[in-house]
Amino acid sequence: MSIVAEQRELRDDALNGLQLSTRLENLWRTPSGFFGALASVDHKVVGRRYIVTAFVFLLLGGVLAVLMRVQLAGPEKTFLSADKYDQIFTMHGSTMMFLFAVPVMEAFAVYLVPLMVGTRNIAFPRLNAFSYWMFLFGGCFLWISFMLNVGPDVGWFAYVPLSSLQYTPTKRPDVWAQMITFTEVAALAVSVEIVVTVFKLRAPGMTLDRIPLFVWAMLVTSFLVMFAMPSIMVASTSLILDRLVNTRFYDSSSGGHPLLWQHLFWFFGHPEVYIIFIPGTGMVSMILATFARRPVIGYPVVILSLIATGFLSFGLWVHHMFVTGLPQLGAGLFTASSMLIAVPSGLQIFCWLATLWDGRPVYRTPLLFVLGFIVIFVIGGLSGVMVASVPIDTQVHDTYFVVAHFHYVLIGGAVFPLIGAVYYWFPKIAGRMLSERLGRWHFWLAFVGFNVAFFPMHILGLIGMPRRVYTYTADMDWAHLNLLSSAGAAIFAISFALLLVNAIHSLRSGALAGDNPWDASTLEWATTSPPPPQNFDRIPIVKHRDPLWFDNESLPVVAGLSVERREVLMTSLAEAEPQVREASPEPSIWPLLTAIATTVFFIGSIFTPWAVLWGTPPMAVTLIGWFWPSGSKEDEE
Amino acid sequence: MRQTIVRNVAELPTYGYGPRSGPWWGAMGFMALEGMGFAIAIGAYLYLYAVNPNWPIGAAPPDLWPGTAETIIYLLSIIPNEMINRVAHRQDLARVRIGLIVMSLIGIALLVLRGFEFAHLNTRWDNSAYGSIVWLILGLHTTHLATDVGDTVVLAVLMFTRHAKPRRFSDVTDNVFYWNFVVLAWLPLYVLLDWVPRL
Ligand code: HEM
Ligand SMILES: [Cu+2]
Repeated sequence: MSIVAEQRELRDDALNGLQLSTRLENLWRTPSGFFGALASVDHKVVGRRYIVTAFVFLLLGGVLAVLMRVQLAGPEKTFLSADKYDQIFTMHGSTMMFLFAVPVMEAFAVYLVPLMVGTRNIAFPRLNAFSYWMFLFGGCFLWISFMLNVGPDVGWFAYVPLSSLQYTPTKRPDVWAQMITFTEVAALAVSVEIVVTVFKLRAPGMTLDRIPLFVWAMLVTSFLVMFAMPSIMVASTSLILDRLVNTRFYDSSSGGHPLLWQHLFWFFGHPEVYIIFIPGTGMVSMILATFARRPVIGYPVVILSLIATGFLSFGLWVHHMFVTGLPQLGAGLFTASSMLIAVPSGLQIFCWLATLWDGRPVYRTPLLFVLGFIVIFVIGGLSGVMVASVPIDTQVHDTYFVVAHFHYVLIGGAVFPLIGAVYYWFPKIAGRMLSERLGRWHFWLAFVGFNVAFFPMHILGLIGMPRRVYTYTADMDWAHLNLLSSAGAAIFAISFALLLVNAIHSLRSGALAGDNPWDASTLEWATTSPPPPQNFDRIPIVKHRDPLWFDNESLPVVAGLSVERREVLMTSLAEAEPQVREASPEPSIWPLLTAIATTVFFIGSIFTPWAVLWGTPPMAVTLIGWFWPSGSKEDEE
Repeated sequence: MRQTIVRNVAELPTYGYGPRSGPWWGAMGFMALEGMGFAIAIGAYLYLYAVNPNWPIGAAPPDLWPGTAETIIYLLSIIPNEMINRVAHRQDLARVRIGLIVMSLIGIALLVLRGFEFAHLNTRWDNSAYGSIVWLILGLHTTHLATDVGDTVVLAVLMFTRHAKPRRFSDVTDNVFYWNFVVLAWLPLYVLLDWVPRL
């Protein structure tokens, strides 16, 4: 008893160097063994899993994309049936949007934000673990259903009445609707964690105008998630209730309304695009500053643009419904605001170009992907301004023009920055460099392949090819461009294989990265690569926006945290003044058990409403196990 | 990289109340997104109200007494709730225990009343879109009520064990805070469910 009390007095200022590192590592590490791994609450472990899982879903979604392009490569092909094609484009869209694009951005944030703000773990690490399990189970649920031939087939937007029981009496839309709930629970949890991490766990001195731009981007994104995703959860829950217990939300014969679905869906669906795009811009800002070798010009402008984009994105959902017959004035208003949103994005692009112009750019792979992003995104933005106008949208709605547009925006706006980010942060996460030569090959193949695949779709759309058709006849004259597009898709797909090869090769025998291989300026580079379980032996103090460029002699740090209990330093909201040494949770298996109980509940309720009754007690039990404070060091004396 | 210690934080407390504690901010975050969920559900209600010539559809408005009784209890519950807040800040374990038991009982009473409220909606979820949205909204709020009651009961039990450590009082104040949200969220819903159909 007295020994414990004595040890509890032990603080990190009593130790130094190796002693301190070893002690903290033992304190913060993930327990060994299989069960230890399942109990991990380390944001880096969870983040890495999250990233890898999201990329597996990218691969799966990509395979489906290639299957579609094979089918469409020539007229009247019978590679896929109409029925299979429906499932495949639905699975492609749903996988890409719900299981890849949003999760991968959150995954990067889970890994990077705590390091970038200089803390030891994310806020609510157990919730974080839970979020990952929910994402994993939801994704597996969708894909296993697809393999068992009960996967959804009504589009990634599942419009009613097509998705209503009357038109689709199978379980397919139920699978879709429930998958939404899984992934949204995961996304919402991460957003709350990110917001609280950024608000309260920043290193002392990291005032609001010293926060790295990627962290700002994730903060704005998290707010978008928090305000957009409840809408789709209400929508999909109502859908599943209509299908399972005969509610009438979307049933026009009983006072329901199909357009209610579209409003709820797009109130989420439009911000969704920015939920994917804004983190991409955050990555771009980080990469650009490092390789242009100077801070991003117009830091406050970039932040204001992010915030403005966030706000505007909510005002725009109606532009997805121009052809549903809206009042004239409303349509005009939404056209105007849809075009307005190009302004903040344009401002950011000017800031980036100015930074490049004024810097001494080093053209390494991450920067190449950023340049590719700028080109592709500008084209996507232009076609976006076009479809924001009602007369044009009326023409090209539901044609391949739209498919071209949104792939330019999604792939240009998110996937290119993301791949740049992979090349940029891989050394930090894995401790080893990726091959630059393979990286350049990857970039050029991706850039060319992408444009060859998607540019022709603009033309196909203008000459009348509708989207979501599984084939077309030879007399339409669409064959050549489709063949070209499919060839481009193949090149694009192959380019990603290079990334896989590169990653595997590098993990085995890549050059060691060292702490800061790119000579970057933000805090994640102030620790070793890969970072130790405690992230930092001592919490840094931030005095500049680019701490490692200004404090390059010696990093100012804080002492006085416990080395007996996991502690994080909480700071004040605006000034980041230290306030509290708060306990950070120990590893626990309960988040996994809770996720399993929740999964049983969600899947069970597709088959019987009674699952709501027998499914609740296990959830309650696991939640109590989660929150019950046994095992917390403070409670053990 | 070399490091220079320029500050010592050993004297800082190991827990804080309100905005100085992490869980408080977590609760804020969840209240924001749950509040958004309520707002969306209200929006859906008003949308259906606007597109339908008759409202409520094929039913009488809900009977007033259960919702009104609940509203009164909710408002009165703020008094013991705020008292818990005060004694928790003073770390007065005996009174916190009493307060948590009182709040648990109030919560259970409200859950029972909620059962009556469902029975007196005068419509079923599958009667019409009106029935559906009314049940959805009431269900949504009941979920919040039930989780908060569960939370309060568990916390009450916790405070009778050896885990009743000083920083648990901070958890108690967060629970107080969340209850206020449940109450606050109910007020517009009461107007919407019980009075709008009478317009
Ligand atoms: C290898 C790269 C990709 C190729 C070749 C590709 C190709 C396609 C094709 C052929 C369609 C179907 C169009 C139709 O029949 O209407 C489609 C739809 C779609 N794609 Fe992709 N895509 C790729 C990557 C992505 C990515 C990275 C995302 C998102 C981040 C994405 C999101 C979507 C969405 C949301 C749809 C709409 C699905 C629907 O209509 O239900 N795609 N894509
Ligand atoms: Cu949009």
